[in-house]
Amino acid sequence: MSRLDMAGKLEILADAAKYDASCASSGAQKRDSRGGKGIGSTTASSGICHSYTPDGRCISLLKILLTNSCIFDCHYCINRKSSNVRRARFTAKEVVDLTLSFYKRNYIEGLFLSSGIIGSPDYTMEQIVEVARSLRLDHDFRGYIHLKTIPDADPMLVEAAGRFADRVSINVELPTVPGLTKLAPEKSAPRIEGAMGQMRLAIEDSKDARRRYRHAPRFATGQSTQMIVGADDGTDRDIVGRAAHLYDRFGLRRVYYSAFSPIPDASAVLPLKRPPLQRENRLYQADWLMRFYTFTPEDVAQTTDPVTGMLPLDIDPKLAWALKFREHFPVDVNRAPKEALLRVPGLGTKAVNGILSARRVRRLRLEDVGRLTVSVKKLLPFIICEDWRPVRLTDRADLKALVAPKPVQLDLFGA
Amino acid sequence: MEVIRLEAPDDFDGWRMAARALAARGVPPEDVLWQVGDEVTDLFAGADLTMPQGAKTLNVPKDFIDLARMAVLHRDPQRFALLYGLLIRVGRDPRVMQDRADPLVRRLSVLVKAIRRDIHKMRAFVRFREMPVGNRVRYISWFEPDHHILRANAGFFVGRFANMEWSILTPDGSVHWDGDVLTEGAGASSSDIPDEDPTEKIWETYYASIFNPSRLMTGAMLREMPKKYWKNMPETRLITGMIAGARGRELEMIERSKPKA
Ligand code: SF4
Repeated sequence: MSRLDMAGKLEILADAAKYDASCASSGAQKRDSRGGKGIGSTTASSGICHSYTPDGRCISLLKILLTNSCIFDCHYCINRKSSNVRRARFTAKEVVDLTLSFYKRNYIEGLFLSSGIIGSPDYTMEQIVEVARSLRLDHDFRGYIHLKTIPDADPMLVEAAGRFADRVSINVELPTVPGLTKLAPEKSAPRIEGAMGQMRLAIEDSKDARRRYRHAPRFATGQSTQMIVGADDGTDRDIVGRAAHLYDRFGLRRVYYSAFSPIPDASAVLPLKRPPLQRENRLYQADWLMRFYTFTPEDVAQTTDPVTGMLPLDIDPKLAWALKFREHFPVDVNRAPKEALLRVPGLGTKAVNGILSARRVRRLRLEDVGRLTVSVKKLLPFIICEDWRPVRLTDRADLKALVAPKPVQLDLFGA
Repeated sequence: MEVIRLEAPDDFDGWRMAARALAARGVPPEDVLWQVGDEVTDLFAGADLTMPQGAKTLNVPKDFIDLARMAVLHRDPQRFALLYGLLIRVGRDPRVMQDRADPLVRRLSVLVKAIRRDIHKMRAFVRFREMPVGNRVRYISWFEPDHHILRANAGFFVGRFANMEWSILTPDGSVHWDGDVLTEGAGASSSDIPDEDPTEKIWETYYASIFNPSRLMTGAMLREMPKKYWKNMPETRLITGMIAGARGRELEMIERSKPKA
């Protein structure tokens, strides 16, 4: 086999990383490179997307694997031992140089580094940590670093990863434990959760220390995880329940959902087809409802189909909830508490805050609500304002047809 | 009619000084004409901006200042007048700022939203090219913002690239950082930056490889990265080919993922 040059390796090791959905560069401690020796800054709020690929995804970080060789044999993974893809490996220095040269040209916010397991989990983890160490200590790099940690590695190494990174993650991989056992036989759900539990403690300890001493050593500010959707037979109800458990138990910043993509040379235990992309989208919407709209996991579960356990694909879960629990509507925008406003389909958190603020000054009419939202038409059946009250519209049997969006073609390349 | 001549299109301090004096004299918004630089009219004389004796200081809520600071950066020629109109109303009743459904507050918030997006997109889509200068290197970029945000946004780049020498050129002005001091210069043209940077090839390799052809969603891409930005982003050269090849690559993938008989 001919030796690979830089571009050849990058092609393989970026390709192998693209199935990981998490790419955000948000939630870091705000800092910049003034007064330092190197480059880099992070914003406290959301990160920056420096480009978008035609799959609609944001490029924020240089997302690569250190190597795509692996001693494990997870069925859904293109890098598994028995897959016959071409293998490549970066040295730590190559990753450091690549990160810096992309960063200097403003292509990226930082690095998201993950790896197949080579030698042993400890050895692999050491290599990952070395990249981050060199970026931080040799180059005083102050951009964003996200490291994927390996659940079976020595806790000392995982802790070192936390010292250099802004975000660490461990993938739970599959929403159900039987799914994990079947598709990732070398992995173990208790070990994964054990590592997440340790990371939670370390993150909280460091927050605590920072509160007391301003110069307490820096540490990652959050952890996240990813689940593959559609590779095992976990239902949306299972997935939402698992996500709620993870948020709750490990204080995760984010759970990412990645629709299973067909991979070359897949093993026979996998489905042949990807799940509809809309499914991933609905799961993200359900996730948002739990994180920002005071929905409980039970609320979301009630919008799933009682037989299949799946969220509806044709309408979003918030609308599905409203159509099922019509007795909660209409909601009076001039009087209702925030929680009730957040339940109205078509009212986002910004619009709700706008309403709460404006109604302190005067009573709101329909045209006022119209100025605060994108489309007031869809709200009509669900709200009351000074000059508007729906005529028992919420009892109409054809309500869904009135408010549900027309199906759209997602994939057209319009100019 | 009173004419106020502001020094630059993003001259917030000038606007604030003038607005304060006008408000103290009770000049109604419809009697003020706001102008930038030397877009001259000699129909009217300049306004008197001395503060009247014993004028009360005008207290305004902080969110008004935040809004005004951003809104002046917009290209809308009405911005200074709209802000002065809102200032007069805020002076009478500071609660106006809370009334986000008020048409004027709304109109100005829409301007602010456009500015935020413009600032954000500039931070995202500026692309530097490396250029040797003597025995050092300088990173140079050409960018065309929609609004007058260059000066307001320069601090971000200083913080991010504090120990790098760089310049950002735009049609209306330029900023230059030498590691210590930020200087401003004249507008430039796109031909003032180097023609290429060898790292762009590697970046394109990355861009093409991180793309998942089995989930084409060009609508989402275009919403966040409209075509007007493409000409300064090297990777966008590849997009047409990537889309054309995507379906074929996915079919091949599915074919290869079938278990062998
Ligand atoms: S351990 Fe990770 S890289 Fe290795 S086969 Fe499993 S999922 Fe793939």
